[in-house]
Amino acid sequence: MLHTRFDPFAGTDPFVDMRRMQSQMNRLFDGLGTSRSVASYPPVNFWTGEDSIVMTAELPGLSQDDIEITVRNSAISIRGEFSDHDSDDDLTWHRRERPKGKFSRSVELPFRVEADQVDARFENGVLTVEMQRPEDEKPKRIEIKS
Amino acid sequence: MALELATQDGRDVASRNGAGDQVEHMFTPAVDIFEKDDMTVILADMPGVAPGDIDVTLERQVLTLTGHIKPHAPEGYRRLSSEYREGGYSRVFTLSDAVDQNKIKASVKNGVLRLELPRAAEAKPKKIAVKAV
Repeated sequence: MLHTRFDPFAGTDPFVDMRRMQSQMNRLFDGLGTSRSVASYPPVNFWTGEDSIVMTAELPGLSQDDIEITVRNSAISIRGEFSDHDSDDDLTWHRRERPKGKFSRSVELPFRVEADQVDARFENGVLTVEMQRPEDEKPKRIEIKS
Repeated sequence: MALELATQDGRDVASRNGAGDQVEHMFTPAVDIFEKDDMTVILADMPGVAPGDIDVTLERQVLTLTGHIKPHAPEGYRRLSSEYREGGYSRVFTLSDAVDQNKIKASVKNGVLRLELPRAAEAKPKKIAVKAV
């Protein structure tokens, strides 16, 4: 049985850093950012509240018009495309690490969400989507009778 | 053109003794560097950094890009799952002296820092007229 006296990854997912390291390695070796299709892009973080859930994703360089969010039952899809404003000219590239091209990702949520009550904001390259649980599906407190 | 001086090895692999939440993790921002007309352009991805929290310093030939984030955990929420970690950004480049250091422009849009480094006048190719004697 695997047993360690202390947990160096207390409270955090150890694979977050592993994935990050992997992408850094990929970047080191190909320098072209083409290996992105391997992992799901964009990486997302989830936060949960009483009857709502918040999803955040880092999408630097996009504007809010480049991102399309759809919510259906208990799944959220984000898709978008990085537009290359500078690629139409004669350019000499020295480094190309930033993501480019199209992406699309679907994530299953832990509960159904009200499609009319989705609040999405995009600030400083970070997308924040807040979703509410439908009224009739909120967990109800049960009175215990003596 | 800009050469990278040192890759900032800023990725803390584990939060030490659970105290890592207070320490800002510094990441290496992904950059695009290209030459366009008479200038070198550096684009650096710094999502989550407000425009006022980005520092660009130039000391001699060393260009340092730093960005700090404010913790932006939604209020009243607890973390459910994480695929990426929030943190600041830092990266250092050395500039060749062919850059006109007084005309460097920096702007931020949607979490991307754009630096325009115009080539110095003396570095531009000059045509020398040949006179017939």
